[in-house]
Order: sequence, then structure tokens, then C-alpha cells
Amino acid sequence: MNLDFSQIVPYIPFMIEGIWVTLGFVFVSILIGLILGIILALFKITKSKLLIGVADVYTSIFRGTPLILQLMIIYFAIPQLTGYDIGAFVSAIMAFGLNSAAYVSEIIRAGIMAVDRGQIEAAEALGVSYRPMMQNIILPQAVKNILPALMNEFITLTKESAIVSTIGYLDLMRRAQIVGADIYRNFEPLLFVGAIYWVMVFVLTKLGKAAERRLRQSD
Amino acid sequence: MIKAVNITKDFGANTVLKDISTTINHGEVVAIIGPSGSGKSTFLRCLNLLEEPTSGNIFINDKKITDKKIDKLAIRKNIGMVFQHFHLFPHMTVLENVAYAPQKVKKLSKTEAESIANKLLDKVGLTDKVAAYPNRLSGGQKQRVAIARALAMEPEIMLFDEPTSALDPEMVKEVLDVMKDLVDTGMTMVIVTHEMNFAKEVADKVLFLADGVLVEEGRPQEFFNHPKTERAQDFLAKVL
Repeated sequence: MNLDFSQIVPYIPFMIEGIWVTLGFVFVSILIGLILGIILALFKITKSKLLIGVADVYTSIFRGTPLILQLMIIYFAIPQLTGYDIGAFVSAIMAFGLNSAAYVSEIIRAGIMAVDRGQIEAAEALGVSYRPMMQNIILPQAVKNILPALMNEFITLTKESAIVSTIGYLDLMRRAQIVGADIYRNFEPLLFVGAIYWVMVFVLTKLGKAAERRLRQSD
Repeated sequence: MIKAVNITKDFGANTVLKDISTTINHGEVVAIIGPSGSGKSTFLRCLNLLEEPTSGNIFINDKKITDKKIDKLAIRKNIGMVFQHFHLFPHMTVLENVAYAPQKVKKLSKTEAESIANKLLDKVGLTDKVAAYPNRLSGGQKQRVAIARALAMEPEIMLFDEPTSALDPEMVKEVLDVMKDLVDTGMTMVIVTHEMNFAKEVADKVLFLADGVLVEEGRPQEFFNHPKTERAQDFLAKVL
């Protein structure tokens, strides 16, 4: 045992910078995943066979293949096909956003389906049309079912984001590897960024709990 | 006036309503009774198109509502419905529950809608609960809110789908009392119920359904005292 954390001290600002890089593209990915996921979920609850089919095929492909493969295809394979390079950031948000959308759409669909059918009937019996019914009655109740699972998805995405280190994107993980290679010591930088990942997830978890509590007002 | 003509409803291979025809006049109170699974609720739900009849037609004020091109929402604005399990909106307060549809459907202002809601909640005796959420209420209170919510749209017809079946016995009366008040206002009411005494007391007409067939139809005194069919005699012997 010869741990020596003093050696990573000069590299700390370099690794800390990775927090913002990771948070930045995770945030954009979550946003893409959320928006696309809501659209796909709405497809899935329509009566249109075409829309349901499109959403189901999408989900099946993105859930049925490894995320790292999707990332590699976007970053390495598509440029080979088109002749245009896709930058690491854009590749990352595309892979993570598109992948997350598949999971988010399932979470939202299940959350909407879990709302008591009687709620729809009550709204219909009052003459409320589809849009306000979804907006004011079904979705607010679905959010309560959805939120815990959605937070889970965000946490998974934050952790899995370390995969972008494989395409050379300078996120937290990649920085730890670079520092490790520089000082010939791996344990210290890996432990350091490990702690940072843990804190980020911890904060996310707390935020999720706070949001859940607010939504439980009517319970 | 509601006129049902040869209503049949299939769920897959299962026929739950067989060729039902009847007329419900303006201001009439009609009780639909019969054994479980006889199609009472399904028939009621056809009247506001929550179920679409497989064949047959329904006319409300001579308008054919079973027409494929009909605007269902417009029809439903005029028909209030009260469910067995209340179906209040759990994320809205009592006042918001009642004031919601007038705002969204009738486009009333929030102030107008809430003034209507407050009046109705006063009528059903729940003035002190306006700010409460539904899960803080007893079953009887929930059902009274649900009645107020339906009335807030100022419907011409009210449908009740076993409104007291999910209630504890001591709460049945408070809901029936509210319904009696409504009968006194001259509202057209169609009530699926297991409360025979209530049906006897307030109904102008009783429809007896069994196995999806309208077996007997008549004034409550006649029906309860001198049921004509064996099926009705059998049923009444068991429930009275």
C-alpha cells in the first residue's frame, strides 16, 4: 500500500473541470431524451397503428443494443458513411439522448397507463376534450408515477456517461485516465473522480426526493 | 327526452344488451334495477356514449346521438354522470374539482366557475370542505362532491351508476338525500341502483334488466307489488 494523493494535487483543477464537461453533456442528453421520450410515449398511447409501430421499433432498437455500440456507430461509423465528421460532444449527446428517449418513453407510457381509467371517463363525461384532459388531469397524475423511475433513469445516465471516455471526450472519466497515465498511478485519480460521481448522484437523488415530496401534497 | 331504440351491445362474442327500447320523458326519474351482470351499467353508459351501442339508436331531444359524425363531447356537456367509484380528480381540491369543467368546457372565468362551484357545494352540504383534497373526504362526501361536479355543467339529464354501492352503510343516506333534493328540482334522472326502497320512493318508472334484456318496465308501485314476469318475481323475492 503506497497511496499518495499529493501527486494528484496539481491535476485537481484539470479533473474538476471534467465535472462541468460531464454535467453539460449529461444535461443536454437528458433534455433530448425527455423531449423525444414524451413524443414517443404520446405515440405509444394513440390508437394509430403506424405511430405505435414507429415508437415500438425505435424503443426496441435502442434498448436492444449496447449503448457503447450506439456511441461508436455515431462517432466512428456514420462519418465513414457520410464523409462528415461528427464531433465528440454532438456524438455523445446524440447517443445518450436517443438512447435515453427509448427508456423515458417506456417510463412515461407506463406512468400514463397507470392512471385510473375512471379519470379519463370522468373527464369525458364532463365533456372535456383530449388536450385539456391530458394536460390538466392525466399527465399531472402520471408525473407522480413517473418521477421516481425518471430520476432513476437520470442517475443511470449520469453514471453511464463515463462511456464517452471511449471516444476521447474529455469528461471526468477520461481526465482520470489521462492523469493516471501521466503520473503512473491509477488508484488516486480514479478514486477522486469516483467520489465526484458519487456526490453528483447523491445530489440528484436528493433533488428527486424533494420533487416527489412536493407532488405528494394532495396525498 | 331520451329515446333508446333496439339497443344491442356486444363485447367480443359476449352480448350484454339485447334489443333494448325505452323512452325516458323530460323530468322523469327512472331507476334501472336487476341482478349483477344484467347490463344495467352498460345501458346507462350508452346514454352518454361512454359505450357505443353495437346496433340500435339513441335519440336525445330528437337528436340522433348514435350518429357516427356526432360531436360526443357536445352531447356529454348536457348529460351529467356520477360513478360508483366517484372518480374525483385526486390532485385537485374539492372546489377545483367542481369548478374545472365549467372553466375548460364552458369557458367561464375562474371567478364565475368558482361561484357556481361554491353554490353547489353549499347545496350538497360541503362548504367546509372546499379547500380539502378528495382523499381527505369520506366516501359519502366524495360522492356528494362528484354530484356537485356533474351539476356544475348545468346538465339537462343526470346519470347515476350505482352511486351508493361503494359506500359504507351509514353514508348511503346522505347521498340519497342529495339525490332526492335533485329529484325535487325536476331534473331528468336515470339511476342504476340496488337501493330498492329509494327506487320505490322516488322513481317515476322502473326498468328491470336481466341477462341484457329489458324484462319489465313500469311504475314502481305496480312493479314492486305486482311484478308480471317470473324473472322479476324471483329477483324481488331475493332482494326485498
